[in-house]
Amino acid sequence: MDITFENVTYIYQHNTPFEHKALENLSFHIESGSFVAVVGHTGSGKSTLISHLNGLSIPTKGKVRIGDYSLSKEHKPGDMKELRSRVGVVFQYPEHQLFEETVEKDIAFGPENFGVSEREIKKRIQEVIPAVGLPESMLERSPFDLSGGQMRRVAIAGVLAVKPDVLVLDEPTAGLDPRGQKEIMDMFYRLHKEQGLTTILVTHSMEDALKYADHVMILNKGTKYLEGKPEDVFIQKEALNQVQLDVPEIVQFLISFEQKFKTAIPYQKQSVEEIARQVQRVVIGDELL
Amino acid sequence: MSNKLIEFKNVSFRYGEDEPWVLKNVSFAIEDDEWVAIIGHNGSGKSTIAKLINGLLFPQQGEIIIAGKKVTEDTVWDIRKEVGMVFQNPDNQFVGATVQDDVAFGMENRGVSREVMIERINQTLKAVGMQDYRLTEPHRLSGGQKQRVAIASVLAISPSVLILDEATAMLDPSGRKEIMQTVSQLQDKQGLSLITITHDLQEVVQADRVIVMNNGEIWDEAVPRAIFSKKGELRKIGLDVPFVAILADALKEAGIMISQEPLNHEELLEDLWTLHSKT
Repeated sequence: MDITFENVTYIYQHNTPFEHKALENLSFHIESGSFVAVVGHTGSGKSTLISHLNGLSIPTKGKVRIGDYSLSKEHKPGDMKELRSRVGVVFQYPEHQLFEETVEKDIAFGPENFGVSEREIKKRIQEVIPAVGLPESMLERSPFDLSGGQMRRVAIAGVLAVKPDVLVLDEPTAGLDPRGQKEIMDMFYRLHKEQGLTTILVTHSMEDALKYADHVMILNKGTKYLEGKPEDVFIQKEALNQVQLDVPEIVQFLISFEQKFKTAIPYQKQSVEEIARQVQRVVIGDELL
Repeated sequence: MSNKLIEFKNVSFRYGEDEPWVLKNVSFAIEDDEWVAIIGHNGSGKSTIAKLINGLLFPQQGEIIIAGKKVTEDTVWDIRKEVGMVFQNPDNQFVGATVQDDVAFGMENRGVSREVMIERINQTLKAVGMQDYRLTEPHRLSGGQKQRVAIASVLAISPSVLILDEATAMLDPSGRKEIMQTVSQLQDKQGLSLITITHDLQEVVQADRVIVMNNGEIWDEAVPRAIFSKKGELRKIGLDVPFVAILADALKEAGIMISQEPLNHEELLEDLWTLHSKT
């Protein structure tokens, strides 16, 4: 599903002394099937943006379009159920939302609410359990007896069982150990490719944005600050520093290298091994080869 | 002169009699001015160590000595005066109606006078960059801001050891850096002992010593440089090594003789510069 924001402004507690503008005149377009990373300093409006994607927030001004759905102050659809079944949101620490007696019941809760038949739910559970990398033997266990990483997978399975077209991920790897982080991100990337999902990843990790996304949007104070291909956006050190963000470490190294050796090695998404060979040529020179 | 502030002697712990051991015969000591990072995969026993230090849990075997006192049901309240802890989820540790109330809460429990309290509130909120939010209600703060307040609340009671149990996991990168700088300055100035339980490799690099946990046992204990030279083994136990160490390996592979395991970009570049000058 295509997603379009047209001049969206969102004000919390509008017309009160506490009013706070979280998004201001924000416009962007996300093409169906793309993997977009949304990056920004704490308080830049990332979470407010997400809450518009499944109609939890309605723009104070402007319009949000998700597929055929149109959300604006003037035009609120009465029934958001279908929209919410098509946009799956994995919130931060989704394992905190687990509540059922068994893993199976917890995964079934979402699709049940959207009126999916029992037979179909059974079938979907058989699909999502291996997709999130859990053994089937876990279905009868209490989700609260599982490790943190396993609980998160159960919660994600619950979102996937609704079969969304758009998957929204709010810091999905926070709190996991490095191996767990890589496993979860690789899993989302595989699902994105296999199921042709539109994926929106909210992250602090420049490394993840660089690795997985084909488009990056940097938010600052509720407005769009930079947008483009990761390898074009993430080399703009000064611009990123201005909004309290850092370039990915690999880019930082190349910048420091250029300062010291007065020779630039441009970043073009090349591998660490390739960079090592380029560094070698500058440091030792070709004559020794 | 440094003294042992924390000592684990053959400590074993499990959550129930039928449960597996979470810690198995763990022994280590931490000095009163030392910064120790504890790393390990999820479920390796790191957080259990933190909970044992301030008596949220008690070991079935072995003993734990904090500031000369054995941790028991009787000493736990004295021990908690020495130990300040910040957990991963800031929403679980807020009590005050405003930011300054929250920072005051711990001090109120310890009977700190009002004048001192006001001074410390200002001081600690400034240290974590939250001085403009004194009267803000906690639920209006972002996750990162909440965590900075939680750290201020703990600093306000001047503990002799500060434990950050993945406390920066929810902060953005600049927030993390800011917290780590604040904490490291504090540790320098006040001779505070610091334990950071973390997955963040940059936090490990700054520590004096690293304890690596694996399946409830101490897998290794050494300075960061020595730990990071064991890249392959670290990966096998579910951990990651910093980018600079990966790059150093790739450079060696490309035929560059790196003289020592670099901990940061500057060290690596300095090394490369030396090589460059010789050719």
